[in-house]
Amino acid sequence: MKDLGRKPLRVVNVGLEIFADELKNQSVAVTQVRWRPPAGGKPHLLEILEKLEELDK
Amino acid sequence: MRLAREIRKKPGVSEMAALMGTPANHEILYQAGLTEDSLDAGPNDLVLAVEADSGALALEAIEDAKVILTQARAAGGEASDFSPSSLAGALAAAPDSNLAMISVPGAYAAKEAMDALRGGLHVFLFSDNVSVDDEVALKREAIDRDLLLMGPDCGTAYIGGVGLGFTNVVKPGRVGCIAASGTGLQAVASQLDALGEGISHGIGVGGRDLSAEVGGLMTLHSLDFLADDPDTEVVVLISKPPDADVLPEIESALKNFDKPHVVCFLGAENPDWAETLEDAGHAAAAILKGESYQPENFFAQAGLRERIASLKPGDALHGAGVLGLFSGGTLAHESRLILEDLLGDVSWNEETGRHRILDLGDDRYTVGKPHPMIDPESRADMLAASAADEHVGVVLFDLMLGRGSSPDPAGPLARAIKEAGGKGRRPVFVASVVGTADDPQGLDAQVGILEDAGVVVLPSNAQAARFAAALVKPELLGVG
Repeated sequence: MKDLGRKPLRVVNVGLEIFADELKNQSVAVTQVRWRPPAGGKPHLLEILEKLEELDK
Repeated sequence: MRLAREIRKKPGVSEMAALMGTPANHEILYQAGLTEDSLDAGPNDLVLAVEADSGALALEAIEDAKVILTQARAAGGEASDFSPSSLAGALAAAPDSNLAMISVPGAYAAKEAMDALRGGLHVFLFSDNVSVDDEVALKREAIDRDLLLMGPDCGTAYIGGVGLGFTNVVKPGRVGCIAASGTGLQAVASQLDALGEGISHGIGVGGRDLSAEVGGLMTLHSLDFLADDPDTEVVVLISKPPDADVLPEIESALKNFDKPHVVCFLGAENPDWAETLEDAGHAAAAILKGESYQPENFFAQAGLRERIASLKPGDALHGAGVLGLFSGGTLAHESRLILEDLLGDVSWNEETGRHRILDLGDDRYTVGKPHPMIDPESRADMLAASAADEHVGVVLFDLMLGRGSSPDPAGPLARAIKEAGGKGRRPVFVASVVGTADDPQGLDAQVGILEDAGVVVLPSNAQAARFAAALVKPELLGVG
């Protein structure tokens, strides 16, 4: 964590784009994620995806 | 959210909400009485809920909303920057990323935050509705990886001079803050700026960090970070009081903390701690100047009696009620503590009671509506309505400036107050403004707009609450 504040911030923004805009105004590099609810937001599919992800690890 | 504002202006339309069709939002809409129990909308759908005088007016409003949405999409055009569809994609494209800001709905936020931590990123978690179990798991993961997990429900942070979320434009400096709340951190950072000092880092730890369940995990981790940070000379802690089980651990950590520090646990009774956000800022600045700070007795200051008498001659307001209409949650809480101490019972987010504080950023007031810091219109309506309430003698409010806030929060409020003034009887409007000269809205300009409308603007939230109390209870004047 010692690097925090020493190295320039480089941000991934997942969600409200207003936050990315405010960072860009401060000359901070931002990658905006085009986020959509995973598995189309269907809880049972999401659960299956999470189980598959656990199996991958 | 211009959408909801535009639609609400239509005759016969009393309420409009626009939100994602997540299960949590289904529940919110149902609780608000805006939907029947079954709603065929998923998280990829936008739900438009309208309350109107008739079904026909509601349908008309929905059609108008669709037109506004289509126009907005056309105006937005195509994004020019590359925009990956997942956090993993973003990390592949920008492997030197070191912080993730996450503001997706609560149900999905914990997974995104965990993925970010496992990818080696510090996390600013703006989302609320994250379970306390998830919060603990995320914070443990962060600590294991020597990362920060700021939040959940984190609105404000400063890292190395960069403002994250809702922040005021302050100078980089020597004060490190650890704050449970966004507006508390904004108030202290702005106060320090006015005193010529700046912020090294401002770490938001989330409102539950000092609860028994979370045990101060991120507060303690942040203290370790600031202890080693060469830019930080003084540390300020801002929160509600810790849980009784957590307090000893925090006190022990502070005892072994080798930098000077100021503790502002609002509502805690400890003579060594700062009682208000304003005192916390002053105390930190005094330490840096090698001075001692002693808060002044607000009610004994010269000229206060005359100032109050000039606003309301005689005892016109004696015994009247104070109504607080707040956009900042911590400022609302601080005002409540001060008013309770001076005036007795103060109701919280309720319609009844002589003295009342409404935290308009609370979920119950923001169903399908933007937060009052982003869109001042709904608070402007409430300010106007308060003037017609004969029990209200003083309306107390805050104004939050800075990045992310409305470009002109004072304008709509001032207009509403002026219009209310034209209708005869009016309460005294008392406010404080959290902001700096370098904020996009400009502190002096916003104060000027309020003062032109006849608002009494005090230099801090605590002073505004005390001034309001003195208006309805003049015997406080000159009392220690």
